[in-house]
Amino acid sequence: MEDTRAACKRALDREFTELYRDHLRDVYSYSYYRIGNHHDAEDLTEQTFLQAYRHFERARRESDGRPLRPWLIRIAHNLAANYYRDRSRRPQTPLDDAATLSDLRRTDELVEEREELGRVLEGVADLPDDRREALIMRFALDMDNREIARALGRSEGATKVLIHRAIRQLGGRLKEGQR
Amino acid sequence: MSEVERLLRSALVPVDPPGPLADRFEEALAELTDAAAGELADWELRSMRDPRNWVRPVGAVVIGGAAAGGLVLVRARQQHRRRGGRRLRALDRSAREVSGQVRRRLRR
Repeated sequence: MEDTRAACKRALDREFTELYRDHLRDVYSYSYYRIGNHHDAEDLTEQTFLQAYRHFERARRESDGRPLRPWLIRIAHNLAANYYRDRSRRPQTPLDDAATLSDLRRTDELVEEREELGRVLEGVADLPDDRREALIMRFALDMDNREIARALGRSEGATKVLIHRAIRQLGGRLKEGQR
Repeated sequence: MSEVERLLRSALVPVDPPGPLADRFEEALAELTDAAAGELADWELRSMRDPRNWVRPVGAVVIGGAAAGGLVLVRARQQHRRRGGRRLRALDRSAREVSGQVRRRLRR
């Protein structure tokens, strides 16, 4: 009986390690765009996986075979909400050290593009929390409506509307900025 | 795809975690899982060494035993009743036969 339990635990731990390897980048990207700096994004990522480890067995049982990525992102989402509540912060705009932006060469055209992407990131950071999160999940994590709905605890229909409004609001702000 | 969506796709690219974070966390995870496995094995043994933890298994045996005994008693009573019922029915049948024969003789 003891051997069986230990074997089950080992199998569960192996599964968790796989989950961690598959989704480390997703959780880190979400944390980074949500918070806006690498230092706190690292902390948030660690906390997310530690919390996930504690509840992994139950989550796997209750997921009924569905992917666990929305569950992980939901943990990160709740921890990020606590992070802002505790420290009364607003997300910072990750302008200077976003991975792709640092790769751009400094020709005039690329500088202009860099500035434009910077404005987009600023616009995303200024959106209401739920709209900002939905856009991060859709574009940085490439999640579909169903996954985003599960991560945000909403219906698929409501999620579709949320994303549509977020894109429209951001588009409006970018246009205003051009004037 | 709209222009805003194209811009969003270019701006919100996935970000790779710094190498040390992945290594550090993988180590922490390995320690955590080893500790959890060790803890589970120790817990089983430790808990059975402590007489306070014997109450549950002993209680389970007592309750299980009582339930099994009760079931045996109920079954025995049911069988007894069934047998008793059969005897009564046989007695009733023979009483009716006797009274029928008496009535027939009296008619003659």
